[in-house]
Amino acid sequence: MTLIGWLQISLLFLAVLLVIKPLGLYMAKVFSGERHLLSPVLARGERGLYRLAGIDADKEQSWRAYVTAMLMFSLMGFLALYAILRLQAYLPLNSQGFAGMAPDLAFNTAVSFVTNTNWQNYGGETTLSHFSQMAGLTVQNFLSAATGIALAVAFTRAFARSKVTTLGNFWVDVTRATLYVLLPLSIIVALAFVAMGLPQTLDASVTATTLEGANQMISLGPVASQEAIKQLGTNGGGFFNVNAAHPFENPTAWSNYLNIFAMLSISSALVYAFGEMVGHRRQGWALISAMAVLLVAGVAVTYWAEAQGNPILTSLGVDPSLGNMEGKEIRFGQAMTALYAAVTTGLSDGGVNGMHGSFTGLGGLVPMFLIQLGEVLPGGVGSGLYGMLVFALLSVFVAGLMVGRTPEFLGKKIEGREMKFAMLAVLVLPLAILGFTAVSAMLPLAVASIGTAGPHGLSEILYAYTSAAGNNGSAFGGLSGNTPWYNTTLGLAMLLGRFAYVVPVMAIAGSLAAKVKAPGSAGTFPTDGPLFVGLLVGIILILGGLQFFPALALGPIADHLAMLAGQTF
Amino acid sequence: MSKAHKAQSLLDPGILRPAVVDAFRKLDPRLLLRNPVIFVTEMVAVVVTLLFLRDLAANPGEASFSGQIAAWLWFTVLFATFAEAIAEGRGRAQADSLKKTKSELVARRLKADGVTETIAAPDLKVGDVVVVSAGELIPGDGEVIEGVASVNESAITGESAPVIRESGGDRSAVTGGTQVLSDEIRIRITVAPGSSFVDRMIALIEGAQRQKTPNEIALSILLSGLTLIFLFVCVAIWGLAGYSGTVISVTVLAALLVTLIPTTIGGLLSAIGIAGMDRLVRFNVIATSGRAVEAAGDVDTLLLDKTGTITFGNRMASDFLAAPGVTPAELAEAALIASLSDETPEGRSVVALATGDFGIAMPEARFDAVIGFTAETRLSGVDIGPRRLRKGAVDAVLKFAGLAEQDAPAEFRRAVEQIARSGGTPLAVADGTRLLGAIHLKDVVKPGIKERFAALRAMGIRTVMVTGDNPVTAAAIASEAGVDDYLAQATPEDKLAYIRREQQGGRLIAMCGDGTNDAPALAQADVGVAMQTGTQAAREAANMVDLDSSPTKLIEIVEIGKQLLMTRGSLTTFSIANDVAKYFAIIPALFVATYPTLGALNIMGLASPQSAILSAVIFNALIIVALIPLALKGVSYRPSGAAALLRRNLLVYGLGGLVLPFAGIKIIDLAVSALHLV
Repeated sequence: MTLIGWLQISLLFLAVLLVIKPLGLYMAKVFSGERHLLSPVLARGERGLYRLAGIDADKEQSWRAYVTAMLMFSLMGFLALYAILRLQAYLPLNSQGFAGMAPDLAFNTAVSFVTNTNWQNYGGETTLSHFSQMAGLTVQNFLSAATGIALAVAFTRAFARSKVTTLGNFWVDVTRATLYVLLPLSIIVALAFVAMGLPQTLDASVTATTLEGANQMISLGPVASQEAIKQLGTNGGGFFNVNAAHPFENPTAWSNYLNIFAMLSISSALVYAFGEMVGHRRQGWALISAMAVLLVAGVAVTYWAEAQGNPILTSLGVDPSLGNMEGKEIRFGQAMTALYAAVTTGLSDGGVNGMHGSFTGLGGLVPMFLIQLGEVLPGGVGSGLYGMLVFALLSVFVAGLMVGRTPEFLGKKIEGREMKFAMLAVLVLPLAILGFTAVSAMLPLAVASIGTAGPHGLSEILYAYTSAAGNNGSAFGGLSGNTPWYNTTLGLAMLLGRFAYVVPVMAIAGSLAAKVKAPGSAGTFPTDGPLFVGLLVGIILILGGLQFFPALALGPIADHLAMLAGQTF
Repeated sequence: MSKAHKAQSLLDPGILRPAVVDAFRKLDPRLLLRNPVIFVTEMVAVVVTLLFLRDLAANPGEASFSGQIAAWLWFTVLFATFAEAIAEGRGRAQADSLKKTKSELVARRLKADGVTETIAAPDLKVGDVVVVSAGELIPGDGEVIEGVASVNESAITGESAPVIRESGGDRSAVTGGTQVLSDEIRIRITVAPGSSFVDRMIALIEGAQRQKTPNEIALSILLSGLTLIFLFVCVAIWGLAGYSGTVISVTVLAALLVTLIPTTIGGLLSAIGIAGMDRLVRFNVIATSGRAVEAAGDVDTLLLDKTGTITFGNRMASDFLAAPGVTPAELAEAALIASLSDETPEGRSVVALATGDFGIAMPEARFDAVIGFTAETRLSGVDIGPRRLRKGAVDAVLKFAGLAEQDAPAEFRRAVEQIARSGGTPLAVADGTRLLGAIHLKDVVKPGIKERFAALRAMGIRTVMVTGDNPVTAAAIASEAGVDDYLAQATPEDKLAYIRREQQGGRLIAMCGDGTNDAPALAQADVGVAMQTGTQAAREAANMVDLDSSPTKLIEIVEIGKQLLMTRGSLTTFSIANDVAKYFAIIPALFVATYPTLGALNIMGLASPQSAILSAVIFNALIIVALIPLALKGVSYRPSGAAALLRRNLLVYGLGGLVLPFAGIKIIDLAVSALHLV
């Protein structure tokens, strides 16, 4: 670890900190239906869209209607994307003449993008036409992110309102999230990326002659535009197979900075918008603090573990001064790779600028564990906020009794109904991750896909299902995932992680919205101070730790201890 | 009865012995189904017992280990059922004596022709009229419709002083099982036998009809959810270990599962609830449901009657203000003599003030004439020789002294005015035509009540004083007592409206009352406490009845409710925090054979994998027993703000729960290896 490394990391967090408030306030205005910066320009267009689609923007929906609309919208998105991927051979902009995708891979990919996961069992530049990338994937990058934001906004309203049955209108929220938040920011970021040297063209490739005289085909495409929404929407699906480690996706230290900054900005600012919309800004900051504590700890552990290097390689004569450089880009170095790895997994982004599977056992454990904590640091756009709020409800419930009152959060009493749905939601992650991992670990057909023997092989499987169920999308590397078994089960894990989680969460929202918002007093559990932040961090760590410690012990922990002992498999 | 009950120690053999028997009876899986965590533990214990039997037959080397694990799993279940049994046992003695009274009851029912017939009390129907004479027990709950009698209610309240019950008004309610001491009354039965007050009390004390309270249900859901998660985890371990080439025995997985699921809080949850109700009973308060006790912890606003709660209920002399030319001692003496034959609390307070603060010697009580107070004269006093000492309402005394109001000395008029403005009542004292001065009578706020309200405020609870006084008097007393708000010249409708308004704003209200006109407000309030001396209507409308009829009880009720919730929360936190240490004991033990380097996780340095697992299981069982006293007594509670409470409890039960098992498991492991148990 170096001082410069830590300065780079600190500066980035500082930059994000500066953008949280203005962006959060802006989003709070957008979703409260107030006048904001872009209303003069786009409000007419927004109304036109509603007229076109026959939507009454003033009509609010109950939680059931809201969820139904969301599910229908996602189903339509899935079907459209699946059709595009299967039929790309007959669709335009396919200059390289790629064939249609196989059914299982198309299923996996379509689910992956609709659930904001962006797990890539395909190689983008070798499988997908520009049309599939632009009209298929990039569109879902926008819509799945907007869906997440809409759900979070609806959940926020449950706390902001008192004794109502409605949570807002899904179509309006999704339109506003796209039109006022994702689209304008994507345009800005895409232009910045172009300025930094990312390609933005419809040309498929250029051919170069190498020094040895061989012909090399270098893939090109509309990279910058996809890259912008990939990060802003915490999607993470890269244009190229190696994602942000590819020099055209992430050419410089600056573009790397912008990548991480774009990932963090909307998710963090949404938490501030939550505080603003419920009329309790300190609450927003308290949640942001809890997220920051865990995220910074994640960065620190990864950075430290990687900077220590690999004693086995050192003993073979590799210079240990740079730390463990296996799977890392020299232009990013330890600090920026560790930061990227922690942020991309603390968020449900899933883009990578280094290969997590090549990290040391401990360094690779961190990204895996950050996903297993529930993707709330600060998590995917929207999904991170409502995930964090579920943890807040659990913390308040467990510890809130200790002040001698029925637990309440922001004036809403947490009772049996909320607990029931919260537990249903919390069950999803261990069920999907541990269930599929355990089955795959025993299934010869599934074990055949792993790239390494020993505990590292188990880590590969564990990471894949962790990433899918957490809707993260980053890959550990090493696992050959493009098989019918993994395409199908990973797809199911993604569906569970997104929808089986969010439906109970929205049921909680419906139940909370109908409750009276009680005023606080000296006797109410304080949820905006350091005590609560500490408690929340503790609950997230203990809950996550208790669920995944045995699996981690057999995977990355055994891996790391073996590495320290000089043992290989 | 209640005094004896209070003295019961936790280790009373009279409670322990039946509790042990009950603990075994409660092993019935159908009964345990109510408690998912312990039910799962029992099922696991059954499985491990079967494995032990298999080991005995096929693999005797392993039998010692699986046998010990099975035994400790059974102990875990037994300790949990024992906790519940002991909590129930504490109320049983009381319930038994109530049942005995009840079974002996007979009724003399008045038939249509005016003749009485003797029937068993359980055969009474609502609407029957019964006659009860001196010495007889009242056969059922009802209302006096004719006559007046003194009644001994000690069977219910533990208070031996008899109370008066009479037809009409606010003292007409009688309770079955109480004894008429004098006279004869006719009672209309208003409650069907079986759901009478005594029946409810018995059911409550025994915990027989105990239903889970809302918060308990929510907590059970959390615990069941956690149990399910750990079930996944343990099943998954089996699969993951298979990949790694480890064969994990089912015994070990079962041990891991039971140590991970929240058995501590799961085992103590119902004991905590029963003990909370029991604590209320020992405070002589009967709640109709556990829901009300929980609601008491949530109360935001207390509606307190001024009289009897905040003030002593009687106006008391607080000062003598002498007229010009009269010394204070002279006035005090005159007032004292004038009050000697006045037996009202006001009269006695004048005597107390004169002989106390003013140091006047008690004079001989020899009077020529005693003039009693009447509504017409509105004064009282005595004649001793030439002295005609009177005290009473200012205008009445002035008239007696032959003075027109404007003729009274200006200083005296100012004193009178000032007393009225401060919310007090002025009395004048005269000796014949000589005006001596004024007595300041005021509502005396109970000592210490202001501090209590301050403590309540720190807990986030607002106090509102309800009084029939005019706003001036009310404001003066409110500021002296330190309440947050007051409701002056309050009618029952005002009270109801106030409660509704507060509830609209999301607040929970507690109040107490005794009159029939309090009934709607009692019913509307989230916690309504009726006085045992109150009317049947009030007692029906309320969700708690205070047997001591003490209006300050509301404050204790709130504290008991809070303590109940705190105990639950603290033990839940403790239970979950415990799991961290158990992982560090068991995980290395499970996998060290496959990956020897995982021995690094054995940070407690436990002797062997088997002793580590056994120690964790033993700790998990023993901690339940160790915490039974805490569950029954409740965590210590000092009124303070939520932030302070949370910090303290989080430190004790959160951090304590994290650290304690590391030490506990290590100590047990030392013992296990010293005794060569594995």
